Amino acid sequence: MKQLLSLSLAIALIGLFSFTNHPGHGYKIGDTATDFSLLNVDGKMKSLANYKDVKGYIVTFTCNHCPYAVMYEDRLIDLHNKYASKGYPVVAINPNDPEAQPKDSYVAMQERAKEKGFTFDYLFDDGQKVYPQYGATKTPHVFLLDADRVVKYIGAIDDSARDAEAVEVKYLEDAIAALEMGKNPDPAETKAIGCSIKTVK
Amino acid sequence: MNYKTYPFHSSFLCMRRIILFLSIVLACFSLKAQQYDNMKVFKTYDEFKQVLEQDDDKIHVVNFWATWCGPCVKELPYFEELHQKYNNNDVEILLVSIDWDKHVEKKVIPFLHKNEYTAPTIVFDDPKTNDWIPKIDTSWSGAIPITIFYKGDQRIFKEQAFHSVGELEEIINTLK
Repeated sequence: MKQLLSLSLAIALIGLFSFTNHPGHGYKIGDTATDFSLLNVDGKMKSLANYKDVKGYIVTFTCNHCPYAVMYEDRLIDLHNKYASKGYPVVAINPNDPEAQPKDSYVAMQERAKEKGFTFDYLFDDGQKVYPQYGATKTPHVFLLDADRVVKYIGAIDDSARDAEAVEVKYLEDAIAALEMGKNPDPAETKAIGCSIKTVK
Repeated sequence: MNYKTYPFHSSFLCMRRIILFLSIVLACFSLKAQQYDNMKVFKTYDEFKQVLEQDDDKIHVVNFWATWCGPCVKELPYFEELHQKYNNNDVEILLVSIDWDKHVEKKVIPFLHKNEYTAPTIVFDDPKTNDWIPKIDTSWSGAIPITIFYKGDQRIFKEQAFHSVGELEEIINTLK
């Protein structure tokens, strides 16, 4: 009985630890991502459940201030324009705490969205509750989910941040193409340089 | 004849002295500038990786940063202080800027001069990040700053910013 008790305690502990989310220990490929309700730049709250008739979501942690995020702004607009109608909208989320980086305040997000003519939703992770669950560590950081919010691809948009003309491999578009064919993306994870997510210690 | 050449010779000597003096003055002023003027730029990971594989008795502290990275710029003074403290004797500091090659002259070098840094610095600019980021560390997401502490086979990888010299020394001491 005592053994059984300690065994179940051990299992409970393992369970507890595996559900503890630290930055960098978020979703793995195959995990089901959480939905959320975050403030969009249009002033309305937005959840993944609000998107109708989708085949997936291009959840992209990005921001205003990071030069690597800025380099991908035009490409994010192009991606949304190309794939939203095919069922894969870009859902951009700013994970930074404006106290740590004032350029990433909600008002600054609204200004940037207007200035650049963002066609996609740009949500504010107010209170920084969402990005640790995903395990986003930087901007930009993409999580491609399928219609059931299962994580299918994590990483970079393509292999050339600095120069859209020099792109050789479009990782994200290849991953979407794989989903369209009912396959798993390969590579399912890629790495790129980005700005760390800004928090107040 | 001698009378005529003598003043010429003298003014020539004088001029040489002035030039010599000016050169020394200039050299003094540019001493700091010279340190970063011939910045070594590594364009491929294969060339670069030697800096992470120095096999000697020293503790190596290799910090990845960039001029565009706020938290990196904020923690650089601690690495500079560390460099001055150990003076590369048993602890060797290396700053690795991952700024782009084309920004070295206009951004990286002026930044180092402006802050009067003396710590050894190189630039590593290989655009194929997906190939080399996992080779630095499989756990690395690609966000900077990162710092690698190593001595021989012992290796500590930190994807974080540091907030004091003490924090850095705590890790260094575990390698001693």
